[in-house]
Amino acid sequence: MSLKTPLGRVLGLGAAPGGSHHWWVQRLSAVALVPLTLWFVVALLALPDLGYATVHGWLAAPGHALPVALLVLSATYHAELGVAVVIEDYVSREAGRTATLVLARLAHVAVGAAALFAVLKVALGSAA
Amino acid sequence: MAEFKLPADSRYQDVPGRTHAAPAGATRVKTFRVYRFDPDGTDKPRIDNYAVDLDRCGPMVLDALLKIKNEIDPTLTFRRSCREGICGSCAMNIDGLNTLACTKAIDEVRGDVRIFPLPHLPVVKDLVPDLTNFYAQYAAIKPWLQTRTPAPPDRERLQSKEDQEKVDRPSACILCACCSTSCPSYWWNSDRYLGPAAILAAYRWIVDSRDEATGERLDALDDPFRLYRCHTIMNCTEACPKDLNPAKAIAEVKKLLVERQH
Repeated sequence: MSLKTPLGRVLGLGAAPGGSHHWWVQRLSAVALVPLTLWFVVALLALPDLGYATVHGWLAAPGHALPVALLVLSATYHAELGVAVVIEDYVSREAGRTATLVLARLAHVAVGAAALFAVLKVALGSAA
Repeated sequence: MAEFKLPADSRYQDVPGRTHAAPAGATRVKTFRVYRFDPDGTDKPRIDNYAVDLDRCGPMVLDALLKIKNEIDPTLTFRRSCREGICGSCAMNIDGLNTLACTKAIDEVRGDVRIFPLPHLPVVKDLVPDLTNFYAQYAAIKPWLQTRTPAPPDRERLQSKEDQEKVDRPSACILCACCSTSCPSYWWNSDRYLGPAAILAAYRWIVDSRDEATGERLDALDDPFRLYRCHTIMNCTEACPKDLNPAKAIAEVKKLLVERQH
C-alpha cells in the first residue's frame, strides 16, 4: 500500500517530452502515404497484367523503385507509430508494456528493412 | 491489460434486484432501474426497480431520485446540491449517457430509466463515485493565474473583451466529470491520462491573456500519456451537460505544441 498523495500519484515521474513529436510525425507520415498509396494502386492497375515478369520489370525502373521505397518506409514508420499507440493504450506496464513496445518496433524495422531490401534488389540487381 | 470486464464480484447481472411497486391508483408510471452497491457490505451489486408515479413527481431525473429517497427507499445514496446544473454534484450515467440528473428530463428517456454511477470509477456507494483522482488531476494542471509581472497596484489585471471571450466558455466547466468518465482512453489509463476535464481546465489558463506560464503549462502537457492518450473519440463533447467542447480544447493544445516547434 502506498501512502503517496493523490496529487503526488498524478504528477508521477513528470511529463516525458516527445508526445508532440510522435503526434506530428504520425500525421506527417499519413500525409505522405496519401499520394504514394494512390499512385501505387493506380500504377499497378494500369499494368497490362500482374504477372511476375511484368511487375518485376515495372519495379526495376528508377522512377518506380524510388516512390515504392518511399511508400515502404512511410508505411512501416506510420504502422509502427500507430501500433505503439495501441500498445500504450491497452497493455499496462505490469503486463509488459515496454517489452511489447520494443518487440513491435523491432518487428516493424525488420519488415521495413526486408521490403526496402527487396525493392533495392529488384531496382539495382540484374534483370532476372 | 486494460480491464474490459468487471471482476466477478462486481457484476450486477448475477443478483436479482428488489422491486418497489407504484402506489395504487397511479396512472402515469415510470420505472427507474438504479444501480445499488455498498462496497462495505457483503452483497454484490444489483439493479433495483422503482416504479414512480409521474403525476406526483417533478420533471427531472433528480426529482425522481429525491422522491424515491424520500418516499420509497431512504437507503438510496447519491450526490446532489444545486438542482440547476451549476454544481455538478449529481453527475451520473442516465440512459447510457453521462449527464446531470438535475437537467435531464424524465420525458427524454424512452422506456425504463437506467441509472448508473459515472463509469469506471471506484464506487463509494450506489451512485456516488470516488473522484479523488479526478480532483488531483485538476489540481495537477495548476488551475490558477500564474504571472511574473506584479499586478498593477491600483487596479486589476486588464484583459480585452476579445481575450476574455477566449476563456469565457472553457471557464464555464463545472467539473462534474461527465466528460472524463465517458472517455475510453480515460477508462484504460486514468492513472496517467489527465482526461478531458483537466485538459480543458489547462487550456482555459493557456489561452488566458493575463497568464505568463503558458510555456510551462504546455511543457507539463507534452507527454505521451497526460495529453496524447486523447484519440479524438469525442465522447467528452457528446457528454458535456454544459455544451462545452473539451475535444476542441485538446485539439487546440496539440496544435500549440506543434506551433511552438516551427
